[in-house]
Order: sequence, then structure tokens, then C-alpha cells
Amino acid sequence: MSWSINIVCRDRRLIRRGGILLAFALAALAFAEDGNLHAPQGPVAGKPAEIGTEGSGSATLYLVGPSSAVKRDVELGKSISLSAKELQSAGRYIAVVCSPNCNTVSFFVAPAKAASVTFLVHPSRAAVAQNDAVSGVALAFDEFHNLVLTPIAVQFQLTAKGSVPMSRNAETRDGIAWFRTGSGRSAGPLQVTASVSGDVSARRIVQQVASDPCRLRIKGEKTAKGIVVETEPVRDCSGNPVPDGTVVTFTAKSGNETSSVDAPVKQDVARAIILAKSPVVISAASGVAMGNEVHIGGGN
Amino acid sequence: MKRALPLIAVIVVGTVVLMVLGLTGGRLTGTIGVAAGSALPGFRPNASTPEQALNNFLLAVRRRNWDRAFASVERTSDTLNEQKFIQEWTGSNGGLRSFSSLEGFETRPLNATDSDAQMRVHLHWTTPVGPVQDVRDLRMVRRGDGWKVVWDENPKPSVPAQIVPVNYLRWDLVTGNSSDEWGSRNVDAPHVRIVSMNAIDSAEGAVVMGEVVNEDTIPAFVNVNAILLDGSGGTIDEESSFDKILHVLLPKQVTPYRIDFPHINLSKVKNVRMDIKATLVPASSDPVIGVMNQKIDTDAQGHPSLHGELLNQSGETVNIPHVIASFYDNNGKVVWVSDGYVDKALLPQSTEAFALEIPQSLAGKVQNFHVVVNQYSLQGS
Repeated sequence: MSWSINIVCRDRRLIRRGGILLAFALAALAFAEDGNLHAPQGPVAGKPAEIGTEGSGSATLYLVGPSSAVKRDVELGKSISLSAKELQSAGRYIAVVCSPNCNTVSFFVAPAKAASVTFLVHPSRAAVAQNDAVSGVALAFDEFHNLVLTPIAVQFQLTAKGSVPMSRNAETRDGIAWFRTGSGRSAGPLQVTASVSGDVSARRIVQQVASDPCRLRIKGEKTAKGIVVETEPVRDCSGNPVPDGTVVTFTAKSGNETSSVDAPVKQDVARAIILAKSPVVISAASGVAMGNEVHIGGGN
Repeated sequence: MKRALPLIAVIVVGTVVLMVLGLTGGRLTGTIGVAAGSALPGFRPNASTPEQALNNFLLAVRRRNWDRAFASVERTSDTLNEQKFIQEWTGSNGGLRSFSSLEGFETRPLNATDSDAQMRVHLHWTTPVGPVQDVRDLRMVRRGDGWKVVWDENPKPSVPAQIVPVNYLRWDLVTGNSSDEWGSRNVDAPHVRIVSMNAIDSAEGAVVMGEVVNEDTIPAFVNVNAILLDGSGGTIDEESSFDKILHVLLPKQVTPYRIDFPHINLSKVKNVRMDIKATLVPASSDPVIGVMNQKIDTDAQGHPSLHGELLNQSGETVNIPHVIASFYDNNGKVVWVSDGYVDKALLPQSTEAFALEIPQSLAGKVQNFHVVVNQYSLQGS
């Protein structure tokens, strides 16, 4: 009869029992003598393996892994079978067999094949035409959530509407692969995909947004209500319309009096009414970008 | 014993006399008792001087005894009625005045003749945004034995009935939940930047001020904190911009900020550590408020101040407008940031005057200014 205890963080009772077992195993380890045990050859997480033994008679096996501890009776002289479930966690395992003297062997269980990719892309929004604006980090995990440490190829693919998809190949180092690239010239969603082994992939979206307004141009005319002033369609230096809601500050100077309106762009155009005595000089600014000046009244 | 008897007799007689005076004397003079309407200290029923008349008038306003206050008023227009007069004092449309009460006042004569007087009144209001001082010049005229306050009707903005089209532009926020895959639905905080900072000593203490811009394409809720450090790197004080900033910044919008450190001298400060916090927030780009006819002038008391008018270009009432201005020197450096609340609601398509004080010592340096308007609306903002 054999039994095992998996340490489950959410179950305190199991942790307590596992802790007792671990203490037993460590005590046995203190008296352990190397020899008579043969480590499994190239064990992989989630796959059964065998520990070879020598001698005869019954013995007790203590197996301590990164996230599990096992105690069971075994027969010396026969191979000890370790089930796939007992080896789900990648990492260093120590097997101690006591009868009554203890022997020990340690081995390393490697992660299995990559089965999922955790992908973090930064930022979620990036202004267009910025160098090194977008970066991504991919971490490959096997089906048991072990970080795959062996170098594997990761393909990053960046696809923006209206542009040729761009791909970057990288190899994981200590389980991590990353890329950094500039943002495109067109506003819109940038789809970023990280693929491992062709069939495992994760997708993220970066919103490429218009940059600062460029060549802000305004025009104005006198009406019964006042001076109606509006911009031409406000675009960034790459020609993308700035998002609606972008504030354009209109400032009108007439003698020693100033009038100003913070007007949001709606459908590419910002518009405001200014009550000012003519002649008046009106200028516009958005953020740190300045626009032209228009003179209204006074014969101009 | 012989000596004590006359003393006891004097005390008894004195007590009886005082009791009789106490019971009868007040009624005789007519100045004691609620029935005579003079419960408040300082009230004189028959004011023979402009100061006394104005004092009585303001006491009645403070007590909200509108009948008495209105009776003290000399109307310049027949259209002025008591209801309109009350509204002048109590506010309307959810403006700041609606939530305020007159805490005190000081009066001062400017000039006076036998029949006419000009008085200056400092009104001290308590409001939800802190104490507010108001200065008004009032004219008094003699009518018979007494004096009356000349009250000009403040005409309400008359806006024709109309439909104001609003292309409603707002940002809503949808957040992810714990079941989302890690890293799949992150939204970065807005990018905001402090574009200028200046620290000066003022009469009240050290002041740190400057401007912040929202460089992002989404609205940001912004707050600026400053920590004053001494020579050893120890913290002297830490304060935030509190309400002296436009908290909700639309894309590319610039706001002034001011952080006050009362009773701290800048000479003790070796370093100022600035910290700006920006968070995603649902916001609306309406209403649009224009700031018209801005001009630096001196007010009635001779203090330099920035005057102007707010113009509500939308169809929504702004209950409490809050004006914040940054003042620049000839190098474009922010030398002062001033703010103030407008006590009247800003009705759609209407204007409302405002004034912001500038310290006398800085007035000469100011070459330019930038005004932004914060708005609080009872129906959400």
C-alpha cells in the first residue's frame, strides 16, 4: 500500500501533515548513505519515472519534491515507480529509502513541453511614430505551470491595420523572451502575438493613438453671437486625426483684454465662440503645440 | 454690630432699587425684549446715522428677517420685489450662495453728506468650500428721520428659449475582473507631466506652484503632492494641491496647481520632492466655459486683481464655477496661482463675472496669465 500527500496551499491540514513528513524525510536524510539507488534518466514533469534499487527486503521511500512529499513502502531490488502525478512539478527531488539504513538519491525533473504562453505587453496605449514605444515579455509554461527553462523559439508578430505584419524571432533565456519596437505611423489597434512551437500563442492589443497635434491652423469669423473660431481638422505629424475630446485653447487678445476658451475637438474640429471687441488677435494651442494667429476686425 | 447695621440696610435698599429698575427700566427705554425687535446686539431701531442703518440692514439679512431688511431698502426699480431681493442674498439654481450663510460683516463710510452716504461693506460668508469674503459698495439715502439702503436690481440673464445641440462627448471606464488572464486587459494610467514648478515665500508661508499637462488621449484625474525636505533629507512638511488644481484634465489640457505650506519659510527648505498622481476616470468634455474679457486691474480697495467673465457655451447649468489662474512673468515662468469660487450659478449661454486677487508684491511682475474653469454640477459632472 502506498500513499502520498500533495501540499496544497489552500488546505492547511495537508500542509501540516506534509510538513511532518518532510521532517521525517530530512531526519532520514541525515543518516542517509549514497549508493544502492539509481536516479531516473532524464525525468520530465508529468511523465512516470523509475528509481533503481539494489538489495532485498522491504523499505520505506520518502520522496520530497518542490511542491509534494511522498512516503510509501517499497521492495528493494525492484525499481520504484514514480507516477506521472507524483512528478508534475519541475525541480529538484530527493528520494530517501530506509531499510533500516537510509540511502538517498537526488534528481532534477525538467519541465514538459511548452503548453501555454504568458504574455505581457506594455503599454496599452502608445503614441504613433515613437521609438521603442512597445515592449513585450513572453514566458513559456508547460501544462503543469512549470516555467520552461530550456531555450525555445518564440515568434512575436505585430499586425496593424493597413500595414504589413512584422515579426520578430527570439529565443527564451531562463524561460523568458522579450522584444521592443517602435510604434507604427497609423493610429489604431496593434495586434501583438507571441507564438511558441507554432501552436501555442497569446494575443494582446496595443492602441496606437495620435501623437501631439501638428500644424494647428485656425480660422474665424464675426457673427451676431460673437467671433466663431474653429480649427481645421486637427492631425498629428503623421496625419492621424487627434482623438475627440482633445482640448484646444483659443486665446483672443484685444488691447489689454484677453479671452480664452478650452474647447474639445469634436469630429476632428475644435470650435468656440469668443466675445471680444475687435480688432482681435486669436491664437490656438493644444498641449505644448502652438497654432497660427488670425487677426479679425480693425480692417483686416 | 452697630457699624454693621447701616451697611446691611444700604445693601438691602440698593438691591430693592436695582430690582425695581430691572423690572421697569427696560420697558421704559424700549430697547430690551424680543417684542421690540432688538434681540441682536448692536441693533438700534431708529438709526440716525448711515452706519447704524446699514448695520441694522445687515443684521436683518444675517437673521434672514427679510421683511425688515426689505423695508430698509430704497428701490431704484419698480420691478424689484421682496422675492427677488431675497434671491439676491440666498442665491438660486444651486449656486454657491445657496449653500452659504452670512457670518459677519464690517462697514466703513467712504463719504457722507446730510442726505446721502457711500458705504463699503466687507461681508464674511461661510460656505462649503471655506470662508468667502465679499466687498460691496452701497449707497445710503436719508428718508425722513432714518436712512435707507439704495438697492439696484441685479438683472438676471435673459436667454431666449432655444435648443442647444450637444454632441455628447464623454469617456466611460470598463474595468476587468479577477477571472481575466493576467496581462490581457491592462489599461495604463494616463500620462501626465509637470511642465513647470516654482517655489516662493509668501506672507502665509511657502508656496509651490506650476502647471501640469495631460499628454495622453484620455482624461485623467490628477493630484499633485509636494514634500519639503531639509538639508539632512528629513521631511519638513507634505501637502497636496487640494482644490487649487483642475482635477479632471481632458487630453492635452493644461492646469495650474498651487500647494500651500502655511508658516514655513523657504530658507529652511533644501529640496522639494514633487509627486503627481494620475488615474483613469470617466469624464465629459461638456460643458465648455469660455473666459471672456480677462483683464488685470485694481479692485475697489486698490488691490490688483484679474477680472473677467465666464461664458457658459453649453446648455447645462454649472452650479459652482471655480476659476483657477496661473500668472507668468516676462520669461514665461509661473509666479503665482490664484483661485476663487463664483457664488452664482452659471446658467446656459450666460455670463457671470469673476475676480481673482493678485498679491501686491507680484502684480508688477505679471506679464501674462492663463485661466481655467473647474465646474461642479449638481446633476453630476
